[in-house]
Amino acid sequence: MLNNIYNIFFIPEIFLACSSFVCLLFGLFLKKNAFRQTSNLAVFILLLTILLVYYDSESNFANYKSLFSHSSFINFFKILALLGSIASIIISKDYFLGIKLKNFEIPILFLFSTLGMMLMIASNNLMSMYLAIELQSLSLYVAAAIKRDSISSAESGVKYFILGALSSGILLYGFSLIYGFTGSMNFEDISFYLSKYDNLNLGLIFGLVFVMVGLAFKVSAVPFHMWTPDVYEGAPNSITGFFAIVPKIAAVALIYRFCLVPFENFYLEWSQIILFLSIASMFLGAIAAIAQSNIKRLLAYSSIGHIGYILIGLVAANDDGIKAASIYMFSYMIMNVAIFTILLSLKVKNEYLINISDLKGLSKSNPIVSLSISIIMLSMAGIPPFIGFFGKFYVFIAAIEQELYVLSVLGVLASVISAFYYLRIIKIMYFDESKSEGIINFQISFQSKIILSLSLFLIICFIFYPSLLINISASLTI
Amino acid sequence: MIDWPLVSVIIFLPLIGALIILFIKEDELTSINIKWAALLTTLGTFILSLILWLQFDYSNPSYQYEEKFRWFDDFNFFYHVGVDGISLFMILLSTFLTPLCILASWNNIKKRVKEYMLSFLFLETVMIGMFASIDILLFYIFFEAVLIPMYLIIGIWGGNRRIYASFKFFLYTLLGSVLMLIAIIVMYRNTNSMSIDFLQGNYFSYNTQLFLWLAFFASFAVKIPMWPFHTWLPDAHVEAPTAGSVILAGVLLKMGGYGFIRFSLGMLPEATEFFIPLIMTLSIVAIVYTSLVALAQTDIKKLIAYSSVAHMGIVTIGIFLVNQQGLEGAMMQMISHGLVSAALFLCVGVIYDRMHTREIEFYGGLVQRMPLYATVFMIFMLGSVGLPGTSGFIGEFLVIVGAFKFSSYVVIGAAFGIILSAVYMLYLYKRIIFGTITNNKLADILDINTREKIILIPLAISVILLGIFPNLFLDPMRLSLELIITNYEIANAK
Repeated sequence: MLNNIYNIFFIPEIFLACSSFVCLLFGLFLKKNAFRQTSNLAVFILLLTILLVYYDSESNFANYKSLFSHSSFINFFKILALLGSIASIIISKDYFLGIKLKNFEIPILFLFSTLGMMLMIASNNLMSMYLAIELQSLSLYVAAAIKRDSISSAESGVKYFILGALSSGILLYGFSLIYGFTGSMNFEDISFYLSKYDNLNLGLIFGLVFVMVGLAFKVSAVPFHMWTPDVYEGAPNSITGFFAIVPKIAAVALIYRFCLVPFENFYLEWSQIILFLSIASMFLGAIAAIAQSNIKRLLAYSSIGHIGYILIGLVAANDDGIKAASIYMFSYMIMNVAIFTILLSLKVKNEYLINISDLKGLSKSNPIVSLSISIIMLSMAGIPPFIGFFGKFYVFIAAIEQELYVLSVLGVLASVISAFYYLRIIKIMYFDESKSEGIINFQISFQSKIILSLSLFLIICFIFYPSLLINISASLTI
Repeated sequence: MIDWPLVSVIIFLPLIGALIILFIKEDELTSINIKWAALLTTLGTFILSLILWLQFDYSNPSYQYEEKFRWFDDFNFFYHVGVDGISLFMILLSTFLTPLCILASWNNIKKRVKEYMLSFLFLETVMIGMFASIDILLFYIFFEAVLIPMYLIIGIWGGNRRIYASFKFFLYTLLGSVLMLIAIIVMYRNTNSMSIDFLQGNYFSYNTQLFLWLAFFASFAVKIPMWPFHTWLPDAHVEAPTAGSVILAGVLLKMGGYGFIRFSLGMLPEATEFFIPLIMTLSIVAIVYTSLVALAQTDIKKLIAYSSVAHMGIVTIGIFLVNQQGLEGAMMQMISHGLVSAALFLCVGVIYDRMHTREIEFYGGLVQRMPLYATVFMIFMLGSVGLPGTSGFIGEFLVIVGAFKFSSYVVIGAAFGIILSAVYMLYLYKRIIFGTITNNKLADILDINTREKIILIPLAISVILLGIFPNLFLDPMRLSLELIITNYEIANAK
């Protein structure tokens, strides 16, 4: 109810948009420490936004019904994305100061991108969906290239931009086909229109395929994943961290909503595409990561693999699938936050860690850190008793509920392959003898330490009280 | 009965010990404190598990000391632990061997003592937890979590090819167990329950059973290990440190046999009936083939590793005979093998610590310098051969008696394997212990010291005790095994 004009500012997205502008001005007029101050302000703004999303049960935003939707699923993913971006702003602060990249625009780019993601998750209309995707992507293109004097950063920005623009074009073409054949942009209207038919006609199938290609690019599912390793590698570490943690959340939520809302009756049509994306991502993610020596490329392939598992939940397309996706996404975010917090604090000979082989001997010089990395790696590999196992477990429950036995067997086989490269990291830290000790420094700020301990706590202790997260995710409706 | 959560205390006591050790700062002086803390924790666990045995109700075939809490709100997964006649001795075996392992590593583990003890204590928790779980998900979590400490133990403190061995061990067994995960979920979907107790009387349709059986088989056949899935075992044994081999042979292999009894026999009886010929064939091949391979080994540890595969072949025959003698024999053989092979690995560790080689040719004539060592080694060697009066005899004898009811071909195969086991063990013993010392390096080798006596003598006593008073062990497990057999027969009579 908009009975009071000021209430409009309590809508989370509008609040976030307005305060991002305020934050921009704030940074502009600060003389000293602009980067640090804007980062702090950005974290504060995001925290407030979480509160607003949480208490926004009777969403005012639903007044824009044709453009945006409102459900517990949407709120859950919004909060997840906000938490992810808070974590990545906090952990990247010291890194940016360390490499003397003090542009105060960085946290603001993160803010705008997060805003785009919130809109993406909530969008209920092809047009608003496209605009939201563009808002978050444009901020990310700039962020990837933010280190202007570094060739690799610029290269990754340009690569990301060109491929991203291409995929947006394909996406838009798909939208136009869908609009052309259904006569509506709104998800519910499309769904209503399609419910009158038993099959999709050729034009709509083309439209669906084009949209799937565009969305697959955004979630970096194989075969539209090529940009991921390169962009991860080229961008500054903390930007990579942001890429790994946050946009995936929004893109996954979007692909779930797009398949399950307007096209829910045409499961057979889109599930084949998702099935292929899922299997290909799991296996390519597992196999290609084996040969990597750069930790960022390895994590890129690992995230491709994780996307494959999350898409299993979509192939299952039942309530358990949605539950599995939210649990998996939560565990994915926690594990990535933890690993990037460590990566952003590890220095080898005063350079930030890039090569996996530089981890050699870490278990001697820094036993706690290497233990933490091992736990995160085992959790990513899906070995119980850590949280990563439960993500996979729920995904497989959803798949078997739908009698997708072959898919689940392929999934577990891929997880065995991927265990190899996660174990390799543990092997390098623990088994390899190192002659040069003490070249690895671990410096971590107090705030990042809190983030790291919190996420490790969740990874380890999830098993003791799983019901907390599981009850929330069981109640989600799309 | 006991009104406090005894089983949970036994499961988590080692973990608490591990947490305490985590906060002891490690340096030259304090590493001895770490060792003592680990030893005392594991001894305490052992004493508590003896209470489990003393208070055990022999007349109750089902689970005792049950504890059950809701764990997941959305599905029927419980924290549900308890002990019955089958798991009782597996738990005792784990708690008995772990302190011995800690003692065995007292002096020869010099680097990273803290991590080593942490791994062992964590390993003990997951081993006991696995045998005590009544909820299958809990079982699975413990079953897979075993891989983590074992991977580290082989990889950090192992021999030259430890990295290869640790990866092979981890990936091979993981591949088996992930298929079990799928099977577990399918079971849950069909019955809406994860309780082992409940599922043992609740059977699936025939076709489902066949697939589930294969999935469980993949996991347990790798673990136990059956030929041709055994190739990880010799590598893992040879490269692992002594204590790692002890736990691997003593307890981890039994996880496979335990799983076969609980899951294949207990829950999938009709499929078991269908697959019995397969198991019998593989077991007999395993017994004969690996015995012959053992005969040709030049490395002592590798020889014992292959002999383990052969002994486990006897266990699988016994289990899948599904009669009273066969199952009791299999259980006895598992306990006996747990003690004997653990002891043999410890014996190899004794001479390895002194000479740093495991080549058979290097040794010879040890009886001249190490009479006490020769004596205990002989007890274990004879236990492995299955001489009457030792534990090995009871298991092999019962299995063969049971096998006569099934098929005389199986008896011939098993008996042939037992003869071969005598051949390779006696030949091994002759080569390292008897004769005169030809190698000058052995001239001043010392006999076993007090610490080694403390490790080996309890094992020797229990090997003989098991051989002379088998009923001490057979009585508690008899009713639980009968229950499984009755269920199996009812299901197949339908």
